[in-house]
Amino acid sequence: MITDVLEKIHSRFPGVRVELVNNPGPSAQHSLLVDAKDARAVAGFLRDELHFDFASNVSGVDWPPRKIKEAVVRKETVDGVEKEVKETVEHDVPGCLEAVYHLYSVARKCGPITLRMRTGDRDKNVTLPSLTPVWKSADFQEREVFDLFGIRFEGHPDLRRLLMWEEYADHPMRKDFVAPDDFEYEPTPHDEILKRVKARAATTGEGA
Amino acid sequence: MSALDSVGSDEARTLDISLGPQHPSTHGVFRMNVTLEGETVVKLKPVFGYLHRNHEKIAEKNSWLAAMPYTDRLDYICPITNNWAYAFAVEKLAGIEVAERAEYLRVIVGELTRLQNHAAFLGFVLGDMGAWGSALMYAFREREKILDLFESLTGARMMCNYMRFGGCRCDLPPGWIEAALKVVDYFPAFLDEMEALLTGNEILLARLQGVAPLGAARAINGGMSGPVLRASGVDYDIRKVDGYGIYNRFKFRVPRGEVGDCYDRFMLRVIEARESVGILKQAIAGLPGGPIVNPKAKQRGFRPPAGEAYGRIESPKGELGFYLISDGSDRPYRFRIRPPSLINLTLLEELCIGTKIADVMIILGTVDIVLGEVDR
Repeated sequence: MITDVLEKIHSRFPGVRVELVNNPGPSAQHSLLVDAKDARAVAGFLRDELHFDFASNVSGVDWPPRKIKEAVVRKETVDGVEKEVKETVEHDVPGCLEAVYHLYSVARKCGPITLRMRTGDRDKNVTLPSLTPVWKSADFQEREVFDLFGIRFEGHPDLRRLLMWEEYADHPMRKDFVAPDDFEYEPTPHDEILKRVKARAATTGEGA
Repeated sequence: MSALDSVGSDEARTLDISLGPQHPSTHGVFRMNVTLEGETVVKLKPVFGYLHRNHEKIAEKNSWLAAMPYTDRLDYICPITNNWAYAFAVEKLAGIEVAERAEYLRVIVGELTRLQNHAAFLGFVLGDMGAWGSALMYAFREREKILDLFESLTGARMMCNYMRFGGCRCDLPPGWIEAALKVVDYFPAFLDEMEALLTGNEILLARLQGVAPLGAARAINGGMSGPVLRASGVDYDIRKVDGYGIYNRFKFRVPRGEVGDCYDRFMLRVIEARESVGILKQAIAGLPGGPIVNPKAKQRGFRPPAGEAYGRIESPKGELGFYLISDGSDRPYRFRIRPPSLINLTLLEELCIGTKIADVMIILGTVDIVLGEVDR
């Protein structure tokens, strides 16, 4: 089914880059990777013309930068004799954040179609177009992805944190998130005094 | 309008109130910031996160099996369907076959869960409406019988931890089927009693009929699922559409509402419970022997092949899905829950605007949420 959908997208939007992402697992739920800049148009097409009217699930996925080791066989001529030399080459795979949408069709009773969008990196280019104007059901879920992963959804009607509090600075679902020792730590007036005591102990050698 | 017009600006005529998080009718720690003009709601912003413990992160730090008992804590009214959804997604991810007897057991305990959820729902909504106490006691009397069945089967009334990958954790104790049949046979009488007492009641009709209608197209676009979606007249039940497990072997009808108002959402649960009774009788009659878990399925030290899967079931609250990514290790790389309780609240503001403040609680009640699942 997903290849049909891909063909239809290609014939409707000839210049748009949509890739099929292969899923090696037994579930064989392959997905479509859409360029962020064209995602809104593709989503509108999926909803209106292919009747994928039900955006069931929106999830964020964090892919930190990683190294892939690959075995490469290279031919080398040593002293006039051709030999095959095995080497391992390391590739750097840049990290990104991903928003994954699972679409179903209530009208045609089929699905799921998995739609993915990727950000440029994990720090500065973390903006993706919001699909809430297409499917209202993405509203809270995109807010949750923004909250826990830090993807900014452009065009979202009300992009605020959903589960963490407004003042919170971090994105807990990222893979490199370090949990604090004390989740409810708040600075108190004693902190200032304890700091002074510590500083004095360091200079005088007294026990703090 | 009134003399107030000449006195204040727009801000002076509206009143901001914070409903919750500690409020008996919010079904937990849920808060709504409501702006009122007189008694009419003009703005409503839900505030989430009071019960947030980042379930997904905890599951990603534990083994695949260790997430199973933790799913009980999502929608703690119906733990077994949460187990089922997770087991179903993992089975999809790893391509595990489920033992035949276990499929029947899953349907039996799953439908019992639906019965007790809908019984509790009737009690809660009537409590929200002001029939405080008595209706809830009638409903809980019935729910208690089903929880007793769960206790004798799994050892726990609510935190059942019953499913395993490829099957169920334990087989039925002696006499369980007879006890279950007794409960199932009596259940329609409970629904009749509830209906005789309540659903023709004039006050109930006045409070429910025509309140917050929701059209089919809007419900689909807003991601409503389960009874809320079907009350809006959409014929979409995942048990029928996907036919997961062995649901395509049973005969049952999918009830639908007409206008999607609070009354439709309320009555839909009553009718759906009657259909569940039918499924239960068929499943109990057809229960085969054999092992309760696929012997090839590994539980401890389980490592599914790399890949991803989205599995969903029709939980009593709506579409409960799990999106899992495996990198081939003993822990989920990504563990995402599609919570029907949260997503069914997407249209809450739209439903509430223009209604009276007293109706907000009923609208929230007929959506049927559990905060363990909303905040995760």
